[in-house]
Amino acid sequence: MAIKQVSIFVENKPGTLVSITDAIGAAGVDIRAMSIADTQDFGILRLIVSDAEKTKQAVREIGCVVSITEVVAVAVSDRPGALNDVMHVLSENGVNIEYMYAFLTSRGHNAYVVLRVADNDKAAEILASKGVKLVSEEDIANL
Amino acid sequence: MFFQKEIETMPRKELERLQLERLRHQVDYCARNVPFYAKRLAEAGVTAEKIKTLSDVKYIPLTTKADIRDNYPYGLFAVPMKQIVRIHASSGTTGKPTVVGYTRNDLDNWSDCVARLIRAVGVDDGDIAQVSFGYGLFTGALGLHYGLEKVGCAVIPVSSGNTEKQAMLLKDFGTTVLISTPSYAMYMSEVAKGMGITRDELKLRIGLFGSEGCTDALRDKIEQGFGLFSTDNYGMSELMGPGVSGECHLRCGLHVNEDHFLPEIIDPETGEPRERGESGELVVTTLTKEGIPLLRYRTKDLTRLNYEPCACGRTFARMDKVRGRSDDMLKIRGVNVFPSQIESVIAAINGIAPHYELILTRQNYTDYLEVRVELTDASLLENYAALDGLRQTVVAKLQTVLGIKAKVTLAAPSSLKRYEGKAKRIIDKRNETPD
Repeated sequence: MAIKQVSIFVENKPGTLVSITDAIGAAGVDIRAMSIADTQDFGILRLIVSDAEKTKQAVREIGCVVSITEVVAVAVSDRPGALNDVMHVLSENGVNIEYMYAFLTSRGHNAYVVLRVADNDKAAEILASKGVKLVSEEDIANL
Repeated sequence: MFFQKEIETMPRKELERLQLERLRHQVDYCARNVPFYAKRLAEAGVTAEKIKTLSDVKYIPLTTKADIRDNYPYGLFAVPMKQIVRIHASSGTTGKPTVVGYTRNDLDNWSDCVARLIRAVGVDDGDIAQVSFGYGLFTGALGLHYGLEKVGCAVIPVSSGNTEKQAMLLKDFGTTVLISTPSYAMYMSEVAKGMGITRDELKLRIGLFGSEGCTDALRDKIEQGFGLFSTDNYGMSELMGPGVSGECHLRCGLHVNEDHFLPEIIDPETGEPRERGESGELVVTTLTKEGIPLLRYRTKDLTRLNYEPCACGRTFARMDKVRGRSDDMLKIRGVNVFPSQIESVIAAINGIAPHYELILTRQNYTDYLEVRVELTDASLLENYAALDGLRQTVVAKLQTVLGIKAKVTLAAPSSLKRYEGKAKRIIDKRNETPD
């Protein structure tokens, strides 16, 4: 079970991010989570949103390079050691994480962790077999 | 596919006899009608009688753009204004523009020259030609316009700018021939694509691109974008405008209209003539001009002349595509760099657009070159390694071609400036940044 992540190329200069958030806002899309890392000149903005296709459309219209990739998202209970348990599962099964980021919501007692791994299906299967709760596209839309 | 076959395929001996006769006449004409040349020629001791062979042209002093500017506006005109029927001027990026005047005969010869390069690629009276050069003082638009009319094409004088409308006309008017700068053609194809216009909806078959250099790599991209075949043509307002030379359908050099222009190659540093076949700066003597005849005009363009007859049948010398203007050459850390070299690298790499910007800075007495390119391949957003890999590829390929390491910056698509005329891609800040 994988969810859609939107990746957007951003130049490292004032006004770039705001033009993107303007476009997403105008499209009526909710941003659930985001992560941005940069090098000196550019960055990749990664977003989990209520509607990935709509976001892609809106951002492309303002001239951005954008792609949708699939990532695995898991719900982790909001208590000490919970993330560590998930990490152990992945580590012990040899799943390498390229990058990850997390977010919270006002409802429920879970934190959500977005994971980018080489093989989504394999990671999802391993996580599910160890009782880790996977988050679906539908869950994200309803958060 | 000729316009004036007899002249264009004239045996070289005969052509050279004609050139010599015209050269001697032009020298005499200048001495009699242009005080500037009367003085110059007298100082150099050159008269028409002293020119016995074509190579004696080397005794005539060189004329530079500065000479034209110093005689602004009409000082080099050889006829009274009564005989001038058109005035053009080149874009004066520094100071005053250079002004040129045409007699009725000049305009007639000019349109002949342009008609030749139009016919040479197979354009005929059934074609619909869209002229997307800016009309005005600039010679490009009207030069092509009159040549196209002479051939019998239906000319659409749309001028440059309003690119969406240009794309709409391409489609609605069934344009078959596009005339523009290569950079504007590239931009127009992007805009047309963005408007949802597909290649199949266009009737475009030929592009006549000119007024700025164009590498083969950029040409390939434009041809793919529009699905057309294009040729390059060359000229400059001082000499006449477009039509000094142009490619035929075989695209193996630009045929110089040698019955109107005598080309030479000189060493740009010393001004000395170079051997046949060597590359250097192109110098041109006008052979038939009446309004503003020029003797040995330094074009600043670097090229090479090939006197072998072309397979197309033309006997006119062919000049290589201009490698760059000696003015455009950048000296970066002592290394000579031509923007055309950078363009050829960039246009050949997938994942980036064929647009670029060069930024030159100086820090601690050292020159730095930054090349900004536009990312187009969204699949590289998967990870930084892929994006950075693309950047590194551009750095490595540039280094191979230029011999120096440039900083490469990835920019968002369509973020670099687009040009409706000649592109200005170089931002030289080296004299702004204090050491």
